[in-house]
Amino acid sequence: MRRFEPQIQGWLLLLPAAVLLVAFTHYPAVATVWHSFFSTARGGRAAQFIGLDNYRDMMDDPVFWQALRNNAVFALGTIPVSIALALLMALWVNGRILGRGMLRLAFFTPTVLPMIAVANIWLFFYTPGYGLIDQLGSLFGLPEHNWLGNRDTVLGCLIVVTVWKEAGFFMIFYLAALQQISPVLGEAAAVEGAGRWYFFRRVTFPLLMPTTLFVLVNAVINSFRLVDHVVAMTKGGPDNASALLLYYIYDVGFRFWDTGYAAALTVVLLVILAVLALGQFLILERRVHYQ
Amino acid sequence: MSAVAVEEVTKQWGETRAVDGVSFTAAAGSLVVLLGPSGCGKSTTLRLIAGLEAASAGRIRIAGRDVTHLPPARRGIAMVFQSYALFPHLTVAENILFGLRVRKVPAAERRRRLAKVAGLLGLERLLERKPAQLSGGQQQRVALGRAIIAEAPVCLMDEPLSNLDAQLRHEMRREIRALQQKLGMTMLYVTHDQSEAMSMADQVILLRGGRIEQDAAPAALYDRPATAFAARFIGTPPMNILRSADAGVLLGIRPEDIVLAERGDVAARIGAIEYLGADSTVTCMLGGETVLARVQGRVGLPAGAAVRLSWPRERVHLFDAATGRRLDDTMSPPPAAAQELGERVAAAAGG
Repeated sequence: MRRFEPQIQGWLLLLPAAVLLVAFTHYPAVATVWHSFFSTARGGRAAQFIGLDNYRDMMDDPVFWQALRNNAVFALGTIPVSIALALLMALWVNGRILGRGMLRLAFFTPTVLPMIAVANIWLFFYTPGYGLIDQLGSLFGLPEHNWLGNRDTVLGCLIVVTVWKEAGFFMIFYLAALQQISPVLGEAAAVEGAGRWYFFRRVTFPLLMPTTLFVLVNAVINSFRLVDHVVAMTKGGPDNASALLLYYIYDVGFRFWDTGYAAALTVVLLVILAVLALGQFLILERRVHYQ
Repeated sequence: MSAVAVEEVTKQWGETRAVDGVSFTAAAGSLVVLLGPSGCGKSTTLRLIAGLEAASAGRIRIAGRDVTHLPPARRGIAMVFQSYALFPHLTVAENILFGLRVRKVPAAERRRRLAKVAGLLGLERLLERKPAQLSGGQQQRVALGRAIIAEAPVCLMDEPLSNLDAQLRHEMRREIRALQQKLGMTMLYVTHDQSEAMSMADQVILLRGGRIEQDAAPAALYDRPATAFAARFIGTPPMNILRSADAGVLLGIRPEDIVLAERGDVAARIGAIEYLGADSTVTCMLGGETVLARVQGRVGLPAGAAVRLSWPRERVHLFDAATGRRLDDTMSPPPAAAQELGERVAAAAGG
């Protein structure tokens, strides 16, 4: 009996955290998968096991494909740009420049603001006629433009907002990583005659790879996870042109109350995220040097 | 023609002068050590020569060429940093070849030079490793390899051995000296360790507060220190500097020149004995002053015992109390000075 005491104590210590995790993460995840095989219960008709029917419906659902396509465009539009911008800003504010603290603060501000506030600021920018963009445009004689009301521009508008919001956040990680790189390395390279670009390409960038991997995984997850601005700015419209996958799940689950189908959509989203994250680790891990 | 010539170089940050009008030359193929306590400006001087800092005033020539305003890469120098500054993500071979790649040296030539340098430093079997997989001494060799593969005429070293343990430091000292002589490099070597300076250098430049205290060969630095500071900085234990009755003069006696004897000029009391094996350092109380004596082997006297001390008069150094500068550059010390010290101490003991 005495032999098991430390074990019991250990498990007891883990219990509170384990209960919370199971209750709010693991059980819902498993339940989602389970529910995705059932039809949605409707007045008087209980949920029935329907196997893969929800998934079959999904294949024929044009809005699902539209949301998936939108999300792919959204991810490709936001991830590379926000990471590149973050790196550029970090390199800039890492240098010895005047007003460095103010610049860092300025770049980081969008991250601190709540998304709902950000969305409202940008709503004003995009407003046709008297919004900031149209006002600036009118100085150069450009016509009015309904940025968020147009199928062709609405997704691009959301991409710009997201890049603006995310880049500052990623910059902080790059900045922290840059400060870990000893300035002596730069001096050693200078003695050898390496220019700034050569030094960045052969030393700085490879040394930042762990950060890049981390930021990339986060950026991918965020591109599927961030929908606050869709809710606040477009509600997926016009004509689903700005519907992202998670927003569509929200619509299906909590506005149309088709919980079974929403569960199936969620499972697909989780699988996509898992595959992407795994792929990034497997492909990039080999090229990453950890200190 | 000297390989490196530093002319009236000053480096100023606001009000502080880290380097203050320093001038010296280093002969081609010689090893010159910049020596001094921390904050004396020796590293800054080296960084000015490397071009990593810009001089506020003065000129620097390397191989006769004025390089004062040239970037580091165009000065014809290689450098070894205190922290080695190896690129952590590159292998040993890539680290050593870094500069050659930058300068676009052809691959065949790179391979030839890498093989040569790896052979010289015994790195052949470590070429594919990353710096983190090497010991401190091996990292040091890689840093050395990166410096010598450039085949630059001047090699600058900033406290290259200070991160190694004592044993390894000794070995590397000899090895660096041998390498420098074999390759005929001019080497400027910064250290705060006087024994490193004494054992390696052709020429030692002792710095203090951004100025040159003395610029001389190791033997000259030891035998005829130009100032009381130089006298105390070189040698372990340091030279005894005693006040004399003549307030303007300081007396300096090296511990190994003091003899403990039955008969001697001065009465003293033993304070402590530090036994070191080959010799012992004896702390003697001489009135109010403390004098260190270095005697061979063991001392068979207890602490507190009365002894008499003597020293050859010609081994006494005299310094100006106000400026610290050596007074007796040509004449031998006046006999009165040593005599007078004994009398003064006797008086102090009696009173």
